[in-house]
Amino acid sequence: MGTLTYFPGCSLKDNAKRFEDAAFFVMEQLGSPLLELEKWTCCGTVYSLTSDDLMHQIAPVRNFVRAQQAGSDEIVALCAMCYNTLARTSQRINADEEERTKINAFMNKEPDYEGSVRVRHLLQVLRDNVGWATLTDKAVRSLEGLKVAAYYGCTLVRPDEVGIDDMEHPVVMADALEAVGAEPVTFPFEAECCGTYQIVDEPHLALEQSGRILRSAVRAGAHAIVTACPLCQHNLEQAVGALSEGGVEGIKNIQVVYFTELLAAALGADEGNLTPAVRDLLAACVPAEGGV
Amino acid sequence: MARTKTIPRENLRERVEELSGENVFACYQCGMCSSGCPYAEQMDRLPSQVIRDLQLGDASLLDSNAMWVCASCLACEVRCPKGVDLAKLMEALRQIHLRKAVDRMSLDKLSKDDIRKLPQIALVASLRKKSG
Amino acid sequence: MADEKLTQIYIMGKAYDVPVGVTIMDAMEYAGYRFIRGAGCRSGFCGACGTVYRREGEYRLEFVLACQEMVEEGMHLTQLPFTPAPRSDYTLSELDPSENVLLQHYPEVARCVSCNTCTKACPQEIEVMDYVQAALRGDLERVAELSFDCISCGLCAMRCPADIKHYHVAQMARRLHSVSDSPIPEHLKTRMGELESGAFRVELDELVSMDLDGLKAKYAKRVIEKEEVAT
Repeated sequence: MGTLTYFPGCSLKDNAKRFEDAAFFVMEQLGSPLLELEKWTCCGTVYSLTSDDLMHQIAPVRNFVRAQQAGSDEIVALCAMCYNTLARTSQRINADEEERTKINAFMNKEPDYEGSVRVRHLLQVLRDNVGWATLTDKAVRSLEGLKVAAYYGCTLVRPDEVGIDDMEHPVVMADALEAVGAEPVTFPFEAECCGTYQIVDEPHLALEQSGRILRSAVRAGAHAIVTACPLCQHNLEQAVGALSEGGVEGIKNIQVVYFTELLAAALGADEGNLTPAVRDLLAACVPAEGGV
Repeated sequence: MARTKTIPRENLRERVEELSGENVFACYQCGMCSSGCPYAEQMDRLPSQVIRDLQLGDASLLDSNAMWVCASCLACEVRCPKGVDLAKLMEALRQIHLRKAVDRMSLDKLSKDDIRKLPQIALVASLRKKSG
Repeated sequence: MADEKLTQIYIMGKAYDVPVGVTIMDAMEYAGYRFIRGAGCRSGFCGACGTVYRREGEYRLEFVLACQEMVEEGMHLTQLPFTPAPRSDYTLSELDPSENVLLQHYPEVARCVSCNTCTKACPQEIEVMDYVQAALRGDLERVAELSFDCISCGLCAMRCPADIKHYHVAQMARRLHSVSDSPIPEHLKTRMGELESGAFRVELDELVSMDLDGLKAKYAKRVIEKEEVAT
């Protein structure tokens, strides 16, 4: 498939570095390495919902210009919030020539954005280009016996125009994890909001949301709840802490991990590069025939 | 004396419709948005009540906490049988405050320790939604 | 004076005839303005004389230093001698360079919308937006690298729709980076050693005990170029 133009977003270089590191390893193993977009800038999450707001479209469009400069007509995002913001803007600005012209005139120091950059999420690439069979093929470490709650959050599946799967019953992340031997559990809170940015100044709102999601995953018997977004990851981790203190049964043992971390473990990442959380989960797996 | 900032209260429905591009009269009050909203319990008015207030032009809506509790999760938008984008209406209500520099969120309340632990997207997004 | 070439400019909306071929600062003084703020080194290094102007018939604003930029016929200008941008309190030795301290002290950096207005406002041609983005990511070294030429004139902070204090963020980055990551330049080490061992004690004591007239006389007679010293 060749290299993919990869958009990291701020958090993946800092707080969520392991999310990115694991993704680099996974895509290297699958023969489609991620090539970071040169001179990318913050996507400016969350997508602006007012009809007259062009200012907040500038940040994503600037990245589309970068993609053009790199000779690429597609950007692949890993952070769900970045994916959503970039994808929604690309749809709006690609379709609206008048808005595009205005933005180009404002960004007069940049080459014009032509309007043809597409945005995808890594899970879409895994499903549509790599394929689950290839993933299964390349797995060297078994995740059999590992029960996982694939948690999508909001920005991967809503709105419909950019959702990577049906929001009422998404399967793409569960399928990816199943392809490497894990057992996805059904839990009703898989696409409920984690509390997102409310964690900053109204944390009780976020902790309540994330708490509900965690309890649902625990009740479904999951060893791990699996995320695709640094903010979902953060909020769920915070909620584990808050609920553990409250003595909620089973909460203490559930791990919160990024989907790329599990895929990397399955595809043979060095034990030393795995986080303690992932190593704990591997211990819960049934070894493959003949041992690993 | 410092100048107090005031938000415009007249023509609320028209203002919101212009900012959002939505038609509030398309809503027939089925309540689907309220039942699907994960934050409804924390709001002083239900999502379907918010849109009803807009239909009636009730400016007291501007003092509600609903638009600030809303996290733009879009559960309402994807489920509305009439295709009304309530998330955009909530955004318009926020913007009426923020465009007059009436911020909901102040950075002074955040400690350096708080910031150290947060992923950047949390800060970027909350400032985007709650400061103008 | 009759054969001196003059040109018309507008200082804060008022028309003046000033000589051709002088800097904005010289022209303003020629017109009768006396700088008690908004002037400093007069050499393009202190950032005190931030100036905004537009050309006759044009709508775009330009951003320059008054002591460096030459006047043009029909220039409409004003000065921004001070930017009320608050600086965060910190003790350099207590900062942990492995954390994103820039964001901790200046969280409004997260409000950046990548509009690039700051870059367009910089008289030093610095890629300001790029270093703000680097600050958001926690890339201390890149902020330090890109902001090297910053003279804290404040024009970026005045134009920013997000009210970011670019130059304070950059200064913090340069300071932290230099004590944590970059090697100390040899010539700096040498000079510090000289100072600590009292190599300039006599001259410093002399200056401290001088009266105002003596100081003024000494300043007027000062020698700047190294070649001129020695004999």
